[in-house]
Amino acid sequence: MNLLAVERIKLFSTRSPWWCALITLALALGFAAIFASAQSADTPVTLSATLFGGTQFGIAVVMVLAALAVTTEYRFNTIRTTFQAVPHRSPALVAKAIVLAVVALVLGELAAFGALGLGMLMRPNDGLGLHSSQDWMNVAGLGPVFAISAVLAVALGVLIRHSAGAIALLLIYYLAVEELVQLIPKIGHTIHEWMPFNVANKFLRGSAVIDGDGGGPAPSDSPLSPGWALAYFAGIAIVFLLVALGVAKKRDA
Amino acid sequence: MIEATALTKRYGATTAVNELTFTAQSGRVTGFLGPNGAGKSTTMRLILGLDSPDAGRVLVDGVPYRQLKDPLRTVGAMLDATWRHPGRSGRDHLRWLAATNGIPDKRVEEVLALVGLTSVGKTRVLQYSLGMQQRLGIAAAMLGDPRVLLFDEPVNGLDPEGMAWIRQLLHALAAEGRTVFVSSHLLPEMAQTAQDLVVIGRGRLIYQGTMEDFVAQTSEHGVRVRTPHADRLRAALSGQAEFTEAGGAFVVSGLDSDRIGQLAFDAGATLHELSPITGSLEQAYLDLTRDAVEFAVPSPEASR
Repeated sequence: MNLLAVERIKLFSTRSPWWCALITLALALGFAAIFASAQSADTPVTLSATLFGGTQFGIAVVMVLAALAVTTEYRFNTIRTTFQAVPHRSPALVAKAIVLAVVALVLGELAAFGALGLGMLMRPNDGLGLHSSQDWMNVAGLGPVFAISAVLAVALGVLIRHSAGAIALLLIYYLAVEELVQLIPKIGHTIHEWMPFNVANKFLRGSAVIDGDGGGPAPSDSPLSPGWALAYFAGIAIVFLLVALGVAKKRDA
Repeated sequence: MIEATALTKRYGATTAVNELTFTAQSGRVTGFLGPNGAGKSTTMRLILGLDSPDAGRVLVDGVPYRQLKDPLRTVGAMLDATWRHPGRSGRDHLRWLAATNGIPDKRVEEVLALVGLTSVGKTRVLQYSLGMQQRLGIAAAMLGDPRVLLFDEPVNGLDPEGMAWIRQLLHALAAEGRTVFVSSHLLPEMAQTAQDLVVIGRGRLIYQGTMEDFVAQTSEHGVRVRTPHADRLRAALSGQAEFTEAGGAFVVSGLDSDRIGQLAFDAGATLHELSPITGSLEQAYLDLTRDAVEFAVPSPEASR
């Protein structure tokens, strides 16, 4: 419990997490507002379009937040002081992953429900709302996906240690690599089905293929059920975290 | 007490610490002396379990550091005053550090007062002067009221007032029975601070003992004499004293300058120079560590 308090104090006593949180919410609400105001009145705005900012860019910013929470510790050597105080190291890093997961979860829920609320306010006649369990999953599911993404980013931050390197890798992977993999002949499509963020998208969007042309990303081609998709995504994050813990424990601080 | 036994640490091809064995006693200020790159900081990191030794071990109060429960309550350390997030306030820095080992926030206020930073506790560290950063580092080391204290170059960059303050603090801490282990590459500073000395060069132990013994051992006296009448002086000194001779200049040991002057006068040797050589502490240290510096390669300590 002490260590959770430690990581909470660390996170909230510097400015960058606040900025990242603010940007995440601004993106989620901003895109919701753009779609709501830009779409012509006779085409209804869809739920996935309303959530576009959070699902596409919010995740990226949350991962930046989480990665920075680790890499700035390496940058300013507070990681050494931390390991000096917690010589077994892993408990401190696990606590950091938990705190960031919780913060990301809260941010995800705020972003998703905030965007939905804004969309309903601006387009009261488009039938936006939580009408089905699928709708609930789309909206409330953003929190868990944010949380798992944050854990993934913490693990990569520990492994790479440099802010610029970690962020560049995370963003390039998230924004480009998974899509580009599909260009590989023959096996590209199969690989893509198992790429973590594509699978996470399956959890968020379900198998709903018909979503109108109201914007938003293409649905996931993952063969997993939404529940298993979330488990798979979480499993990958945990594997990365375990590798990071092992490396951090052996490495000279 | 700190006990290192055959401690060895390699970084690639460089051996930063080589079979180093020493002890630092409780109730004493032990100076850890060596030229830059000698392996002092590496040794400190090994003591704190930040780096793992390739061979040997080091115990703090009889226990390897990584086995200490709530280590800040046993060992306080300031390895580098810049090890903190510049955007965080001094108080917040101490708060998270205290929380790691279940140290109450009340203690944070106490150590802030101890180092005189109470008024700037809420200020972000990037606005701290070097001296204030150094004080914050000492406050962090004192958080757990530890029995063992490690300071790596604590006076680096401080003004004379700050140096005096740290010196007094170290003495006071040792007088309370704590083990105080403090590194420096400056002997004059150490001479005023440390009671015991551990001197290393290129990762190896050069000297371990009390400061007094070090001074006595290394400040050998002699008298330098120059004369155009070398033959007469040589004859006069023979059997009276040990001397070496080079190019008309003698270095005589075992006789003071008064006696040598009398002997030379009696022998009819004109003297052009008669000067006692008082071995300075600094010179002794430089002599001891010269080999260690000459062949020094950049160690990880220097590059970090």
